[in-house]
Amino acid sequence: MRAFYRYLGRNVSLVVGAGLLLFLIAFVVIGHFVVDVEDARALSVRPLQPPSWRYPFGTDRQGRDLLAVMVAGTPMTLRIGFIAGILGVGIGTVLAFVAAYYRGWVDTIIRGIADIGLTVPGLLVLIIIAVGIRGGLSVNQMALVVASLAWLHPTRTIRAQVLSLRERGYVEIARMSGMSGPAIIFFELMPNLLPYLAATLVNAVSSAILASIGLEVLGLGPIDAPTLGMTLYWVNFNAAMINGWWWWWMAPTVIIVLVFLGLFFVTVGLDEIANPRLRKSA
Amino acid sequence: MQFRDILKRCGVFVVIIWLAASLNFFLPKLSGQDPVRTKLLQQAQMGGYVQQGIDEMVKIYEVRFGLDRPLWQQYLSYIGDVVRGDFNFSIANYPRTVADMIAESIPWTIALLGVTTLLSFLIGTILGALLAWPRAPRWMAWLMPPLWALHAIPFFLLGLILMYLLAFQVPLLPIFGGYSMGVTPSLTFTFVLDVIRHATLPALSIILVAVGGWALSMRGMMVTTMGEDYVLFAEGKGLRSLTIFSRYCLRNAILPQITALALALGQILSGAVLVEVIFGYPGIGTLLFQAIRENDHFLIQGIVFTVIVSLGLATLILDLFYPLLDPRISYRRT
Amino acid sequence: MSAILEVDGLRVEFEHPLGAVKAVDDVSFSLLANERLGLAGESGSGKSTMALAILRMIKPPGRIVGGRVVLDGVELSALDHEGMRKLRLAGIAMVPQGSMNSLNPVMRIKAQIADALADHGVRLSAADLDTRIAALLRTVGLRPEVASLYPHELSGGMKQRACIAIAICLRPKVIIADEPTSALDVVVQRQVMETLARVQRELACAIILVGHDMGLMAQFVDRLGVMYAGRLVEVAPIGEIITRPRHPYTKALISSLPSLEARGTMQGLPGLAPLLRDLPPGCAFHPRCTQAEDRCRSEKPAVRAVGPGQQAACHFA
Repeated sequence: MRAFYRYLGRNVSLVVGAGLLLFLIAFVVIGHFVVDVEDARALSVRPLQPPSWRYPFGTDRQGRDLLAVMVAGTPMTLRIGFIAGILGVGIGTVLAFVAAYYRGWVDTIIRGIADIGLTVPGLLVLIIIAVGIRGGLSVNQMALVVASLAWLHPTRTIRAQVLSLRERGYVEIARMSGMSGPAIIFFELMPNLLPYLAATLVNAVSSAILASIGLEVLGLGPIDAPTLGMTLYWVNFNAAMINGWWWWWMAPTVIIVLVFLGLFFVTVGLDEIANPRLRKSA
Repeated sequence: MQFRDILKRCGVFVVIIWLAASLNFFLPKLSGQDPVRTKLLQQAQMGGYVQQGIDEMVKIYEVRFGLDRPLWQQYLSYIGDVVRGDFNFSIANYPRTVADMIAESIPWTIALLGVTTLLSFLIGTILGALLAWPRAPRWMAWLMPPLWALHAIPFFLLGLILMYLLAFQVPLLPIFGGYSMGVTPSLTFTFVLDVIRHATLPALSIILVAVGGWALSMRGMMVTTMGEDYVLFAEGKGLRSLTIFSRYCLRNAILPQITALALALGQILSGAVLVEVIFGYPGIGTLLFQAIRENDHFLIQGIVFTVIVSLGLATLILDLFYPLLDPRISYRRT
Repeated sequence: MSAILEVDGLRVEFEHPLGAVKAVDDVSFSLLANERLGLAGESGSGKSTMALAILRMIKPPGRIVGGRVVLDGVELSALDHEGMRKLRLAGIAMVPQGSMNSLNPVMRIKAQIADALADHGVRLSAADLDTRIAALLRTVGLRPEVASLYPHELSGGMKQRACIAIAICLRPKVIIADEPTSALDVVVQRQVMETLARVQRELACAIILVGHDMGLMAQFVDRLGVMYAGRLVEVAPIGEIITRPRHPYTKALISSLPSLEARGTMQGLPGLAPLLRDLPPGCAFHPRCTQAEDRCRSEKPAVRAVGPGQQAACHFA
């Protein structure tokens, strides 16, 4: 246990990142008790109030209490990211293992699709999908839309990792001792990949959140939901910056920055675990 | 590079184009929405009263837009049109064609993206390389944390922050647009200056964020390269520091960076679209935003297709250019 | 003949959270001007570290913590960074290990010879440069066309010989070859060793051959030094060391060599070489030594002369 704490002391990144994310979670949880989440709906409170004791984050033009919006919207944004990220990495892992282990034409097809899919800018495809769906998206639908592309990058990177591990000696030995394919995958390869998978997952979550915020800022998100991206959409729509309503854009901006910084530092920290060469030498 | 490989790579490009076009065509149709009817209904609503004869109008426009023919016919003629660069009319800005509107916006985006991508790649890569080199100036290490932090956030967020700081609080740079309002574009010096002033904030938002990423990855690559045997031998040969840094380390470490550039183009573009929207910069991004707001399906499809093709082309060029840098790839034993 | 290289009490340590690791522990020897000295030892014995230490190429977390290295009267530890840089290749050159990856993959062979010449102040016209490079390649048995090739187009043996060509281009006084044949098959090994021998005769320089192949050493070197756990436990002329080894470790090494005449079971060396950061007290070899006594467990034996031109670090040599 002590070795664990000692390691944390050296892996500053992981600690900082996790700290930021925990802070956000705490903010949301405590927020739910402090603030009436119903005030995150439009027409709840007096509009365009600058920050005060009553409304610490101010209110927006449609009469939403921005603190309530942040408290309600942050978990939504995070949820989209996590669902899409987990789905993406889940699908990606399965595909990657299949492709890397069985090689042959299976590998060519999977890799071909992933490569071509990655050349295309994801946001644009998402736009096409989102525009094509009738009647706007709900939060969960958005997660699925983002997930539909989220598996591309994980598939490619995990496949590369598996390929490099596959050539290592212990896999040969396992194969020679008669272990079956899937068994080798689970008992030999997977444990060694866990740190790498964790890093990929956090990465995927980060990309998914970015994609969802992107869609929302363009106005393609769930229109009524008080998510972070939609708030920024309204900010842009109402030219909040020019009109001097600085609190309106500052709240979501700060929260988004914290989310991304937190995820980024966690990724860097996990990378260090996955790739010991990056560890700071004595 | 063997001719066969070049052909294969171009083939992939063609496949991408075809896939993009088909995606563009089929996905919206899946939703069952009829863009013409929707648009007409919208406009009728704005008119304020119930319009008679909507159905006849819809039919006429459908014929005009070619939407009344069987699906496979539509698809084939769509592919034919696309190959010729005809993206149909813009529903919202009829009778302007989609192709016209794209042609107007695309130079702005190319200018912004081209300059920022190049600058951030070059600055970031050299910075990253220097950061890895033990004999680089000390103060450089201080640049890392801020760049590190910056690179984690999306371009447009930094755009908002910069907009607030440099355009609003301190009115140093313009908030909005590609050029000052009421000015007609012309190739005069003052106009060009005006354009540059307006492009500064969007460009900065992209460059400041992207530099960190390139620097980080280059630093990692340099560290790996510096541990290679040939760098050890280079030192054993008594080569000068500069020689080892440039010809042995940098030259090798930059290869994966360029690959990364080819892969990152899509992401950079996605980020740039949002930056344009925030700043109202008259490029493809703002056009797309407008098209989404107006539910102008043809325009959206046209833009998405154009972007995919341009990116595919850029990636293709980079891919073909790469073997020139890495002799291990270009050489094929006959 | 006078000594061209003198190593006196060299000590190299590596920092480790659990304590400093003595990779090279008080090693001293001299190298005569035209001599071939072998440096043999197991992996982890410190021989490669020593080679790098002589060239002053030890990087953190390693440090040279003591001792002197004198090349032809010049004390290397007194030189500044630039001074040492100029001496490398011109005064003392390395032939690296691993013909695998010691050449820059994106530069042609001739460019890698040319930049060495250029960075040492040798100014030549393009034509003269080509002539010189062609001559160098010929010396190591490579065709002049090799100059325009990239490293990945050469075989392992060719790459190794290209490395030798680079090492000799400024006619150094000492060449340190660190396991130059480790990844090569026996036929190519012989070619490379013959090249090395020929090169040494033509340049009249001294060679330190670092390796673990005793057979190779026997055929090539004049004198052999044996390293164990960072210390030089025996140095003697090659003939002496093969027939009358003094240190128990050397004895075990020699007797473990397979021979065509011997019959019966082969003698191995029991146990494993100790971890450098966890050395046994006293003589580092005592856990595996058949002659070990109480004294060996507590007292580290000093290096003593035990015969003409022979040194050993053992209480009973």
